[in-house]
Amino acid sequence: MLVIKDLHAKIEDKEILRGINLEVKPGEVHAIMGPNGAGKSTLSSVLAGNEKFEVSEGSVSFNDKELLELSPEDRAREGLFLSFQYPIEIPGVSMVNFMRTAVNEHRKYRGEDPISASEFLKLMRDKKKLVEIDSNLTNRSVNEGFSGGEKKKNEIFQMAMLEPKLAILDETDSGLDIDALRVVANGVNKLKSPERSTIVITHYQRLLDYIVPDYVHVLYKGRIVKSAGKELALELEEKGYDWIKKEFED
Amino acid sequence: MNVACRIVNLQEEYIKLFNDQKSLLQSGAPKKMNSLRDDALKIFEEKGIPSNKVEAYKYTNLQPYFKGSLNVAFTNDAAHNDITQHFHCEVPQLNTYNVFLVNGWFSAKDSDLNLPDGVIVCSMQEAEQKAPDVFEKYYGETAPMKEDSLVAMNTAFAQDGAFIYVPKGVVLDKPIQLVNIMTGDEDRLAFQRNLIVVDENAQLKVMLCDHTMSSQRFVINTVTEVFAKENSVFDVYNVQNQHNLTTQVQGIYVHQKKNSNILTNNLTLHAGIARNNVNVTMDDDHCESHVYGLYLSDKNQHVDNSTFINHAKPDCQSFELFKGVMDDSATGAFSGRVYVAQDAQRTNAYQSNNNLLLTDNAKINSKPQLEIYADDVKCSHGATVGQLDDEAMFYLRARGINKEEGRILLMFAFAYEVIEKIRVEPLKEQIRGLVEKRFRGEFDKCDSCVVCGQPGSNASCL
Ligand SMILES: Nc1ncnc2c1ncn2[C@@H]1O[C@H](COP(=O)(O)OP(=O)(O)OP(=O)(O)O)[C@@H](O)[C@H]1O
Ligand SMILES: [Mg+2]
Repeated sequence: MLVIKDLHAKIEDKEILRGINLEVKPGEVHAIMGPNGAGKSTLSSVLAGNEKFEVSEGSVSFNDKELLELSPEDRAREGLFLSFQYPIEIPGVSMVNFMRTAVNEHRKYRGEDPISASEFLKLMRDKKKLVEIDSNLTNRSVNEGFSGGEKKKNEIFQMAMLEPKLAILDETDSGLDIDALRVVANGVNKLKSPERSTIVITHYQRLLDYIVPDYVHVLYKGRIVKSAGKELALELEEKGYDWIKKEFED
Repeated sequence: MNVACRIVNLQEEYIKLFNDQKSLLQSGAPKKMNSLRDDALKIFEEKGIPSNKVEAYKYTNLQPYFKGSLNVAFTNDAAHNDITQHFHCEVPQLNTYNVFLVNGWFSAKDSDLNLPDGVIVCSMQEAEQKAPDVFEKYYGETAPMKEDSLVAMNTAFAQDGAFIYVPKGVVLDKPIQLVNIMTGDEDRLAFQRNLIVVDENAQLKVMLCDHTMSSQRFVINTVTEVFAKENSVFDVYNVQNQHNLTTQVQGIYVHQKKNSNILTNNLTLHAGIARNNVNVTMDDDHCESHVYGLYLSDKNQHVDNSTFINHAKPDCQSFELFKGVMDDSATGAFSGRVYVAQDAQRTNAYQSNNNLLLTDNAKINSKPQLEIYADDVKCSHGATVGQLDDEAMFYLRARGINKEEGRILLMFAFAYEVIEKIRVEPLKEQIRGLVEKRFRGEFDKCDSCVVCGQPGSNASCL
């Protein structure tokens, strides 16, 4: 589904990704962990197509398409979804209008007609229930005045609306209370299928109790320096990153 | 009678025009109108059409636009043509009392204008008979003829317009819509003068809708005076929708008494050269005023909003917000003067002007001016100029929304704050739709027009 080969990316001549290799197969859940500033969010931004970063080397194929050649909107329409670490507030753009536009753009891409008003309302209602998001939130402007946790829930709500093939969840768990964490994880798990894959970026083992990964990777200084099964997350929780840094420096 | 004139040297020909047509100018016009003409002309003669050397008109040199070959109608019949027959105003979502003015002259009102008792809606020419005391007392009392030469010019030349009087305690359920139409086969200069008096405890909402219905060059000088008496509530929404060859100078001059609450909103959807003046004088305590504006310009359009909020008395509040979206080579200006008199204690005055420039060629000059002579006041002002937010754009695109659609969403998001200030729900709804269409480039100027915004009409806007 996703094959990243020797990916390098920089911003203002500062190289942040320094040769990432990663393969995600359909149905798999991959966790990416790593210290602050390692490049986890940069990797997700580059995959989603943020033009702020310049890709200097490497290739990414997504369902046999050259991902790096697609515009951000086409990547989304091809089924890539990024749950932002810091979702932005867009005052004046209503959640309803935003979601309707997004859903219709996806449909247009697939050659389908725009969604009818009643179908759309039903879709909204169903997905709101799924992520247990407060109805009032979807009557407001995108993320405007949302609490940190509400913003994260809203990301998962959008994911549920768009049903991506590959979801990248960038620290979706941080800032969530214990109940919200379970709800968000549930939302992710309900979308799980043999065709859909997930990349979870997190600092905490707790989320991985709910969303159980097939692989855990450690990103450090722009490279994946260790990959293993889910037990690696437990080990990191216990020992921190020092031993990995040390291994890497040697 | 229609007079075709060729203006090269401005004052010279305008003074001559005045003197030549003086008897026509005066015939049929109320005494008070006629009594101010000579003084007004003197002021106009002295100051002339403002160039950008006049501080208040620094960003809009109007002299070239008042030159050239222009027609002026000195009688009602000369202002009209058969286009008036096409008026059928049944826009379902906008339930309003409709009044039509053609080339500055009062033309017609809905035949079933079922106004509440005592409410008067008529031409300025009729006003003297229908409300002699009110007319005599208020006409010319708040428009700053001495300070602004275009107000002086209007006072000298204007013969007609709309007069509205709402008596004590009467609350109008529907807005009154003044549809101002410029039309005809010749380039034309028009003067329009409106007077609105909202008596104690009365409430009135007015929409001024400015349209052009033929492709000629139009120059329009409109002055609207408003008196909001004790405890009254008054709103005016000025929907400007004119083609690029139009020059409009329009002033709304509001005078407020105790506890009154007024709102003005200049919605410039499409214009050539638009200069809007809004003056509010809070001449009593506990007045509240809301002064808003939204201007959407592209090509070579130019919009200049100039406001003057006069806190003459204590315990008043003013809220001012102007927003602009400028595309292509559009230029614009905003100047907001807030004056707080020495004894206007406990004044709250807020002003902001935000602009979105979509190209490197678009330009805006924003000039807030606070003059505060009282010590117990809360005032703030701010001006911003920015571009579309890249991060917000990326967020939208990451959800599958293309760049163009994202641009429209973000432009709309920028403009919506002013639209939300509209206190007439169906109008708000309609303006939302029009603004979105404008951003989509699908703007059919006829949409907002009660005259031809309906199927089957054979009149069309330009
Ligand atoms: N716009 C930018 N300009 C300069 N440096 C940047 C920019 N964006 C990110 N960086 C740098 O790139 C590095 C990687 O940042 P990134 O956000 O990818 O880290 P992360 O692994 O997601 O960290 P965290 O766990 O704190 O979220 C950091 O050193 C950061 O300062
Ligand atoms: Mg991060």
